[in-house]
Amino acid sequence: MLKTIAQRLFGALPNVIGVVIVTFILTRALPGDPAAYFAGAAATPEAVEQVRRQLGLDKSLPHQFLLYVGDLARGNLGNSLSTGQPVLPEIATRLPASLELTLCGLVFAMIVAIPLGVLAATRPGSWIDHLCRLLATAGVSLPTFFTGLLLAYIFYYLLGIAPSPLGRLDVVFSAPPTVTGFYLIDSLFAGDLELFWACNMQLMLPAITLGLFVMAPIMRMTRAAMLGVLSSDFIRTARASGLSRTTVLYRYALRNALLPVVTTLGMVFSFLLGSNVLVEKVFAWPGIGSYVIEALVASDYAPVQGFVLTMALLYVLLNLAIDILYGVIDPRVGVDG
Amino acid sequence: MSANGVSATKTAPGWRATLRHAQYVATDNPVTLGAFVLFLLFVLLALCGPWIAPYDPLASDTAAALQGPSARHWFGTDALGRDMLSRIVVATRLDFGIALCAVFASFGIGAALGSIAGFYGGWADRLIGRCADTIMAFPLFVLAMGIVAALGNTVANIILATAIINLPFYVRVARTEVNVRRHAGFVEAARLTGNSEARILARHIFPNVLPPMMVQISLNMGWAILNAAGLSFIGLGVRPPQAEWGIMVAEGATHIISGEWWVALFPGAALMLAVFCFNLLGDGLRDIIDPRRRT
Amino acid sequence: MNERIPLLKVDGLTVEFRTRSGVVRALENIDLEIFKGETVGVVGESGSGKSVLSYAILGILDAAGRVTAGSAVFDGMDMLHARESELEEIRGREASMIFQSPRTALNPIRKVGKQIEDILLRHGSVTRAQARERAIEMLGKVRIPDPARRYDAYPFELSGGMCQRILIAMALACEPALLIADEPTTGLDVTTQAAIMDLVRELGRRRNLATLLITHDLGMAAEYCDRIVVMHAGHVVETAPTAALFRAPRHPYTASLIAATPRVEVSLRQLASIPGKLPDLRRTDLPACRFSERCARRETACDAPLPRTHIEPQHMVACWRPL
Repeated sequence: MLKTIAQRLFGALPNVIGVVIVTFILTRALPGDPAAYFAGAAATPEAVEQVRRQLGLDKSLPHQFLLYVGDLARGNLGNSLSTGQPVLPEIATRLPASLELTLCGLVFAMIVAIPLGVLAATRPGSWIDHLCRLLATAGVSLPTFFTGLLLAYIFYYLLGIAPSPLGRLDVVFSAPPTVTGFYLIDSLFAGDLELFWACNMQLMLPAITLGLFVMAPIMRMTRAAMLGVLSSDFIRTARASGLSRTTVLYRYALRNALLPVVTTLGMVFSFLLGSNVLVEKVFAWPGIGSYVIEALVASDYAPVQGFVLTMALLYVLLNLAIDILYGVIDPRVGVDG
Repeated sequence: MSANGVSATKTAPGWRATLRHAQYVATDNPVTLGAFVLFLLFVLLALCGPWIAPYDPLASDTAAALQGPSARHWFGTDALGRDMLSRIVVATRLDFGIALCAVFASFGIGAALGSIAGFYGGWADRLIGRCADTIMAFPLFVLAMGIVAALGNTVANIILATAIINLPFYVRVARTEVNVRRHAGFVEAARLTGNSEARILARHIFPNVLPPMMVQISLNMGWAILNAAGLSFIGLGVRPPQAEWGIMVAEGATHIISGEWWVALFPGAALMLAVFCFNLLGDGLRDIIDPRRRT
Repeated sequence: MNERIPLLKVDGLTVEFRTRSGVVRALENIDLEIFKGETVGVVGESGSGKSVLSYAILGILDAAGRVTAGSAVFDGMDMLHARESELEEIRGREASMIFQSPRTALNPIRKVGKQIEDILLRHGSVTRAQARERAIEMLGKVRIPDPARRYDAYPFELSGGMCQRILIAMALACEPALLIADEPTTGLDVTTQAAIMDLVRELGRRRNLATLLITHDLGMAAEYCDRIVVMHAGHVVETAPTAALFRAPRHPYTASLIAATPRVEVSLRQLASIPGKLPDLRRTDLPACRFSERCARRETACDAPLPRTHIEPQHMVACWRPL
């Protein structure tokens, strides 16, 4: 078990190296003057020169790369132009907000998509099946930012059910004391149920918006996997043994079908992390997505670089976790002989 | 889909049979037919947009700002008094153009690279695979953001970024399809008749690889439009006063919360329709080409 | 043949499958009976409908399959017209089945001991602990070495023969009256085949189990069955006690089958193959005797609906010109 985890960690290394190289190219090795980017649009030629020396942009590329890697290892992601503050601590503070949103979106998507997929698979070709597939296609066609706006319009402006889409918490409340950075968990730790509910309400619309987009691949994969599993030999054995319909469907079929679904989670996270930015803008969610959008508007370049690097490394970690999870739930994996 | 060895440059099912099958799928699948009609409509708008738009999409008229849909302005006006309908119609050309260029660029390069990787194997395969994996190591939209931010806020860079992040899909599909056919009978026959390896790849294998790629292209068009719109929404790429669906939704975002819904809704609906249309087309194409792979 | 009333009596069973390319008339007018304690073999070529017969009896046909006529009375209840809930009670408890390709017939990600337990918990009012004990006991009964440890094994860790023993353990865990064995030894090596069949026979004898053995292997049928039912293209063509069948087959198809079976004393060159192939069961113009188009003894009388001639009380042949 430990051996397979170590193997997977090792296998993720090339990706990490690739990510570092690509972000290096994107920031230092492109046409144009990187120093001018970092110095900002309003910088004088002297300021640009100073930045160039500071960041070592006058040195050779291989040398720059070593400096870059050294900086990363020390946690130095540069400083934001507009605030003057270092980028990494800011990202670290804002990361839990984005993570909470992403994970809730994923949970919502799975809660809806998996049962729908099972339902569609048990009635192939029926109108339910066609409806599910149509819903899935529609879900993936909706631009995330548009869905968010629509939901906010309908549920906040028209119906008044949802709270105002302005961040993680209504102004009357103050954030719970930080344990994990996840407001939902922290408010429970603090025993404050009212706060918990308020955070929940603020989370709902953004999480649903995020989840809607990834419902489609999850539903399709569940449906396809279930269809495949339901026609397999061991399901026939289970039926012939008189096992109840629910046992056959859930304990035997679905558990097996979930394996390929887990493998799609990698792609799902790619969408989630990307759409995160859009949702954060629509709902003014104070995560790293908003951070990078503000930076873009101000042509502040270091935060953008930090953002891309952080998201990429986070994605590599998530993929690693999925790999390991798969190895845990499928007993056949890891028997590499 | 077995290949007959006779005329290896033909795609395996003859085109007449494909047409008949397409008819069967169309009648069997009215939704796909509808999507195709919608697609043609969009193409028409993209081609003739500027001429059929009732107003100048850039002409602002602050007196008429933020008016709801009316007889004069079917889709209302935005914050600067510009006619929404005209802007949406004209934006069709820009969005479709971006998606088309991006998808065909990534298809062209990706298919070529994937075919080389699948056919020759060895270090070419490993190198190309490594590059594709590196791209896939990023959440794709984030990588697109990084590219556009690094290279500059232009439409050309949106196209480039979208093309780059779509490359791995085509590389992978092409590589698998070519790899599967590498030792097929008709390829061996072509070798025996003295064709060079490169020629075999280009003229014999590649046309057989095209059909599954068509499905990918259609699905990618929808995804490329979403990508471009997303980038514009956060301020990367298309800049005001250009008319583009994504940036129009962004402009409408601030107003929708205060009730002026038409500024964001109509461009968003247009976006959704276009992407939906491409997704349905892709599904329909998949049914035509390989019903076994339906999901 | 210990009781006058058969444990399972199939009467006029007719099964169809709706497919894109037409309706497949898989079974037509099948009569079959099996008594407590006896082993009946159902033999025939691939595609003769042997497996479909067993699926139809247990009610686990594909969604595309339909029983259009007939009855299958098991212990007083017509399985073909019973409710699904009633069938679920019977399956695994009164009537069980084992399949070919044993490794794929087991849930790949569930421990084998647990799979036996699932059946015990479903059909009996036992506690978890009792079920586990009984499962280990069953593993011992089917001669799996070190059963307590093998309880935690997964199918991919076991050989084909061991997987088949697990399936037998699952099938016999609730002491059923009828065991349907669908090609249980296909894919196993010869030594394992014999071991499995011996195990089934021994366990069956102890419980007075009625066994329906479906196989294309005539040699195996000769060795383990009391009576044999010969099927061809969805029809029963001959039923007889084993010795009588092999000594004097009366249906031309049975004779050809026996002649085509490799035996020690016959060289491969001498083996006769049966000309032609199974008729396409989607045809709407299928002849009354589905073997007639391949039969050397065919005459005009053969176009009439098949008779059921009892040459002896136990020996039935469906032919106008029996040998």
